Amino acid sequence: MGLARRLMSPLEFTAIVVAISGVAGFLGSLTGLGGGVVVTPALTLLLGVDLHHAMGAALISVIATSSGAAAAYVREGFSNVRVGMFLEIATTIGAVVGAALTAILPASALSILFGAVLLYSAWHSLRQRAEAAPAAPDPLSARLRLNGAYPEAGRMVRYTVGRVKGGFAVMFGAGLLSGLLGIGSGAMKVIAMDQVMRIPFKVSTTTSNFMIGVTAAASVGIYLRRGYVDPALAMPVMLGVLAGSILGARQLIGARAHALRLVFGAVVAVLAIEMIYNGVHPR
Amino acid sequence: MNDQRMDEIIGRLLRAGVSIAAAVVAAGGAWHLASPPPGNPHALTVIWAGLLILVATPVARVVFSLAAFLMERDRTYVVITSIVLVVLVYSMAFG
Repeated sequence: MGLARRLMSPLEFTAIVVAISGVAGFLGSLTGLGGGVVVTPALTLLLGVDLHHAMGAALISVIATSSGAAAAYVREGFSNVRVGMFLEIATTIGAVVGAALTAILPASALSILFGAVLLYSAWHSLRQRAEAAPAAPDPLSARLRLNGAYPEAGRMVRYTVGRVKGGFAVMFGAGLLSGLLGIGSGAMKVIAMDQVMRIPFKVSTTTSNFMIGVTAAASVGIYLRRGYVDPALAMPVMLGVLAGSILGARQLIGARAHALRLVFGAVVAVLAIEMIYNGVHPR
Repeated sequence: MNDQRMDEIIGRLLRAGVSIAAAVVAAGGAWHLASPPPGNPHALTVIWAGLLILVATPVARVVFSLAAFLMERDRTYVVITSIVLVVLVYSMAFG
């Protein structure tokens, strides 16, 4: 376990982890990056926590934040439950494979991959979003009853879902990364639905949130059995990230969000580069 | 059972699961930290219980969806949801 943890009392260590996780959850939800992907590099780089234990704690926090957020989105009719259920076949199988690979791949390789995914997610969240053109009808989405409607300005807007097989394939990749790195991989899930299947952005992001909990649950069993989940670490990480992201979600409407995104994007890029550096030069 | 009703229940189920899990983990954590070092093993058991409630929450959502699709007689989604459930159970038991 990390040097910082040996030097601190359990109370001090827990307080610092709650603070770091709270900031990660707050900024992660404010920017749409997700708390899990930020808390792992923060714990490993700032406190010297073992990468596998950080990933295990982050995976737990991901289940908490995504399920909490999804609860509201599902009731408000934004998430498409059928799209989520169908694509969860791909994400859960991907997650099982990814979690199994964590035992085979060396920590240095995981660290490099984590940094690369973090860099990409930061860039993805900073990009200006343009709504993708509506989907060309895919006969498969009619057969699977994937086409739906979501509320906008007081009325229901209908949409069709395209390229079902392509979206399914990208979702397998999202599940793989989730299991491999202990993250929600929300960015890649949104790409599969928004860019590939041409589902409206609001439906894509909320359905992604809906799916993250089940995807993470598919790898958490493997993490638990390997001993990657340390309750004394998972406790403050889960509570901190959860509290931070609830606060962050309330701030989302703020106009200063863009400036904050830029600052946060720069911080995340530095964390990502450090993760890659540590992977290349293991300490 | 219709889709709107299902969404409503899924929403409540997720919220309840996360709230209960967070409360149990927080209680276990407070007990753990209040105990003299190296902490109390029973307190860690309480934290574990909270973490397991949390992990069980999305699984319970899938189980509920399966029941709802059965009630709706939506055979395609009974099959789809069953596959997800089998993968989840496999990963927890043998993964």
